[in-house]
Amino acid sequence: MKAWINIFWLGTKELRSVFSDIVMVVLILYSFSLAIYSQATATSESVNNASVAIVDEDHSTLSRAIANALYPPYFKAPELIAPNQVDQSMDLDHFMFVIEIPPQFEEDVRKGRQPSVKINIDATAVTQAALGNQYIQNIIVDEVNHFINRSDKTTPYPVTQVQRRAFNPNGTGMWFGAMNALINQISLITIILTGAALLREREHGTIEHLLVMPLNSFQIVMSKVWANGLIILVAFTLSMQLVVETILDVPISGSRVLLLSGTTLYLLAAAAIGIFLGTIARTMAQFALLMIMVIVPITMLSGGLTPVESQPEIIQPMTWLLPSRHYMSFAQAVVFRGADLSIIWPQLLIITGLGGIFFSASLALFRRSIATSH
Amino acid sequence: MAEQNRLIARIQGVTHTYKKIHAVDDITLDIPSGLMVGLLGPDGVGKSTLMGLISGARKLQQGHLEVLGGDMASAAHRNMIGPSIAYMPQGLGKNLYAELSVEENLDFFGKLFGQSSAERRARINRLTKATGLHGFLSRPAGKLSGGMKQKLGLCCSLIHDPDLLILDEPTTGVDPLSRRQFWQLIATIRQERPSMSVLVSTAYMDEAEGFDWLVAMDAGRVLDTGTPEALKARTGAEDLETAFVRLLPKEKRGDITELVIPPLEQSEATPAIVAKGLTRRFGSFTAVDNVSFEIQAGEIFGFLGSNGCGKTTTMKMLTGLLPVSEGEAFLFGKPVDAGDLETRKRVGFMTQAFSLYGELTVAQNLKLHARLFHLTPEKTLERINTLVERFSLAEHLDALASSLPLGMRQRLSLAVAVIHEPEMLILDEPTSGVDPVARDGFWQLLVELSRQDKVTIFISTHFMNEALRCDRISLMHAGQVLVYDKPQHLVAAKGADSLEEAFIGYLEDAISEQEQKQDVHKKEKEKQGAQKQEKQQQAPLDQSALSAVAETTEEPKKAKLHRFSVSRLLAYSYREIMEVIRDPVRMGFAFLGSALLLIVIAYGISLDVENLNYAALDHDQTPASRDYLSNFEGSRYFNKQPDLHSKEALDQGLKSGDITLAVEIPPGFGRSLKKGETPEISAWIDGANTTRANTISGYVSGAHINYLSELAANAGVDASAVSKVTLEPRYRYNPTFETIYSIGPKAPAVLLLLFPAILMAVSMAREKEIGTITNFYVTPTRRLEFLIGKQLPYIGIGMVNFVTLTLLVVFLLDVPLKGSFWGLALGALLYVFTSTSFGLLVSTLTKSQVAAVFATAILLIMPTINFSGLVQPTSTMEGGGHIIGLLWPASYYMHLSVAAFTKGLGFTDLIGDILVLSLFGPILIAITAAFLKKQEA
Repeated sequence: MKAWINIFWLGTKELRSVFSDIVMVVLILYSFSLAIYSQATATSESVNNASVAIVDEDHSTLSRAIANALYPPYFKAPELIAPNQVDQSMDLDHFMFVIEIPPQFEEDVRKGRQPSVKINIDATAVTQAALGNQYIQNIIVDEVNHFINRSDKTTPYPVTQVQRRAFNPNGTGMWFGAMNALINQISLITIILTGAALLREREHGTIEHLLVMPLNSFQIVMSKVWANGLIILVAFTLSMQLVVETILDVPISGSRVLLLSGTTLYLLAAAAIGIFLGTIARTMAQFALLMIMVIVPITMLSGGLTPVESQPEIIQPMTWLLPSRHYMSFAQAVVFRGADLSIIWPQLLIITGLGGIFFSASLALFRRSIATSH
Repeated sequence: MAEQNRLIARIQGVTHTYKKIHAVDDITLDIPSGLMVGLLGPDGVGKSTLMGLISGARKLQQGHLEVLGGDMASAAHRNMIGPSIAYMPQGLGKNLYAELSVEENLDFFGKLFGQSSAERRARINRLTKATGLHGFLSRPAGKLSGGMKQKLGLCCSLIHDPDLLILDEPTTGVDPLSRRQFWQLIATIRQERPSMSVLVSTAYMDEAEGFDWLVAMDAGRVLDTGTPEALKARTGAEDLETAFVRLLPKEKRGDITELVIPPLEQSEATPAIVAKGLTRRFGSFTAVDNVSFEIQAGEIFGFLGSNGCGKTTTMKMLTGLLPVSEGEAFLFGKPVDAGDLETRKRVGFMTQAFSLYGELTVAQNLKLHARLFHLTPEKTLERINTLVERFSLAEHLDALASSLPLGMRQRLSLAVAVIHEPEMLILDEPTSGVDPVARDGFWQLLVELSRQDKVTIFISTHFMNEALRCDRISLMHAGQVLVYDKPQHLVAAKGADSLEEAFIGYLEDAISEQEQKQDVHKKEKEKQGAQKQEKQQQAPLDQSALSAVAETTEEPKKAKLHRFSVSRLLAYSYREIMEVIRDPVRMGFAFLGSALLLIVIAYGISLDVENLNYAALDHDQTPASRDYLSNFEGSRYFNKQPDLHSKEALDQGLKSGDITLAVEIPPGFGRSLKKGETPEISAWIDGANTTRANTISGYVSGAHINYLSELAANAGVDASAVSKVTLEPRYRYNPTFETIYSIGPKAPAVLLLLFPAILMAVSMAREKEIGTITNFYVTPTRRLEFLIGKQLPYIGIGMVNFVTLTLLVVFLLDVPLKGSFWGLALGALLYVFTSTSFGLLVSTLTKSQVAAVFATAILLIMPTINFSGLVQPTSTMEGGGHIIGLLWPASYYMHLSVAAFTKGLGFTDLIGDILVLSLFGPILIAITAAFLKKQEA
């Protein structure tokens, strides 16, 4: 009991420390508002404003119809270029797609000679290249059909396929972007905040002061974890409510209580990582470098940027060790798919387990580092 | 320059303010030249600020200041007289570079003053011989003892024969023997160069007795000036300390009554502290060597010694903060156990540095500690009231602890240390930097605690007069207790006049004893080395060597010094390189870190959507439906999961993320198909990740079309004849369409921005925080020399990184470099120049290392990963992100790198990006130079 009272009082001190540090407060405010907003809105659609050029050697109604069918927001209005400009303009990245329509295209189509249309794709932008190619192909086929049939009626197929998007019927890219940004920010800020709290104490010499009092390292570490975790949890809740739900208009299908509980568990795990780094680093500078080494894998491999199943097979088992990976799939499941506890309990269990392991490890290391500190 | 009547400084109405606090408050003063002038007063009275202003290191805020015959507000004058002034800031080795050796430090300063290498060698030789540092030329400055650091600092200041030498508390925290030697050294130098004026500040009143002219200061104002004799005569005091106290305004003088210490009542109780053969090693360094003593209950026991002699380490071992390497320690008869929380409740501890929470108020600090010791609320209230009254803290209760004056803070620290009524107090240099009156008040409290409350007090100090107040003291030097006894006995035993002399006597004994040992035990090689160095350090001054310093060959061409100098720029580069090379942590991050992250990024970002888990919900279960589903099998895109049996299972599977795609075949599919009723198949796609959903959608359509053409073929229709047009997509540059050809070349762009920028920011911020930036303020260094000089090594590190990363991309990631290597390398050079400039800019604008590092990291990470086209091309973005992407250097470098690697473009085709990249660095450096002040605020 006494231990928990100590943890509580030490934690209140921690809260005061953070709020009196202007740099940190500004950092937190920025990270949970502007940073999330700009990340969510910038990457709106997968193919957006793609630059297209057309080499029109036909100059027919059909070729012009194809050119006119490429329009925003997917494509910029296409430019007409000469055949000899194709290579250079693609080299210099002026266009992502160049469509080459051969001479007598329209005539050949009409006569059923199956003329071929070349689509040059800059494949260095992988996702956009693949999707854009699909869109362009569909557009050309539609225009050709339309031209032949003189109507919008398509050839009847024996079977039709209807695609339904679960959880995000209109495919609004911002939803995913916003959640992703929010999750990455929690990882980053929690680690910075707890690690810096420990280092600040060490640099100011107050850590020794604490250690000569009837407190043990568990109490010291725990007070930092809860206080800084609480700050992030409040920031997360506000950001979720105000930025993600209200301003960005992202619907949350699952239970908010569940989301917050899972987030709390994740915060403990992330805070433990912060403490861990704060313990091995001797100075703030070292801490910053270490943090970069840790935060890049944590955010890159969590599955937000690349779904885990698409990552190389050597990496996949390693990502299992990242709490962020499990939290990411938990948060996506709750926010987008409305999953409930019966579905996502394994993730919660893993997050708790990993958090426990990191916490014990950092506690052990913290004890040892104090014993050897100069 | 030797006109005795001239003034070194004429100060008229100078005021200097930090955040509303007047550090220097409307001072008007003329400081005569050719003398040894002392600024006298405790910490925080404005001595350092005044010295900073006179040296030109601080910017004049208000008033008029003339130094060496010119206005210090004029940059031209500062540039001109800069080389004539030497400034040694406060703090042991504050302006030295800890990783650099003695020789490298001196060499660096020589280079800053444009000395040729022969001249530097001659000067270094003479100065180090004169100061006894010659035997340590290759030892890193960080590993010198306090006294030696100060001597080295002095040598660095003297390397350019200044006319005015400004020394800010040069002897604080140095042992009495080194202190005495330091003043002898200064005296000898002044004999040789009588024209040189010395301005020195000190908190030791006894040292000031030997100065020519004194300025006594308090609270930013001058109390009085004059020779020591004049000051003493005016106040009718016997010594300067009393004189100083009498000069203070009445309300500050406090209780003038002499501090009376009642005699200690001998008690037969168990000794409160027992140390037996305590030893503590840090690696090969022995900080505390076989220390033994016993402290009686109720006694005031003093620990006397210089900084770094092992006082703090011993105290830490006694409190259980540090485990002992050898020996035993007992508190109240029980062995010290770090895990024993009960003993801690009986002990109060006050660490050397102010260790309370500055962000809490006085009342909050007291309350927090009471709570941590689990005092009941009533008891807490009672204790706080008692302590507030006894320690006179009442008027400061709601002030932030960080805003209190030093003396008040120390009182608060003591109040906090005794809040739980401990039986023992361990106080580590509680009175350093505190003014004499506050110190007396503090001791009054200690005496009360000891004699009334019977608290055992174990205190360390480097003030001799405080040591005299202890019941017993122990003299410590180099990790060993030389002797311990009553102070009066120690003085008597040495037949000395004062404790200081007695201490010096014991020090000399210890040193000669070590020498003898050294002669006897020739085997102990390691110790031997250390002792020999010790001997040289303590060697008497070599007069002839010193006089040689004065005969320095030629008068340096001081007029030319303030022109731009490439060699000075390179001096900064060379120094920076040495520092980085000697810091394995930074080196490790610089090279290994980026290589490791390259692998994470390159492998981790895969845009190839593969191995999607899908499941079928087949309501039909006919050959026709299985035929349809077979289209999804055996492809690298789809990964079949067990069949679903209900709509609920489908929902559940999608919700849990077990499947990302479900194909639902309606009941009666086969029958409808035969009848030509156009049955409808549903494909459910997990739309949470929109980009992936778009890609899946394409795959699903593809599979459907595939099915249709097979269906047609089976029905005997030539599917190809149905289509009116053939489409030939050509995936240029990346025919196999693998992410690695795109990410591989882009990943180095992230790392070449992050690492050099952070390392640069750390280096600059460290210089500001440690204080070595003063050397930039007070030497003729120009801004660009400083900035670019510091930057060059990091550009070098960046380029080595570039080569490593390029090799990794080519050989490990298997992405061939098809285009121009030199084009890419030139781009990389400009890019690294940009990133280091960015680091410089951020660290110039921020105040602390923390802020600099985090600001750099946070400002860089998001735009580089999200807006620079790493995953999504900048051109397809919108809004703020699009604009940031266009202004962000990483966008251009990623573009350049992809063009050179994957597109295989030649040099001429890369010029566009190279030109854009060449703009960032110079613009950033120009902004940095504009913000970098040549003086401190």
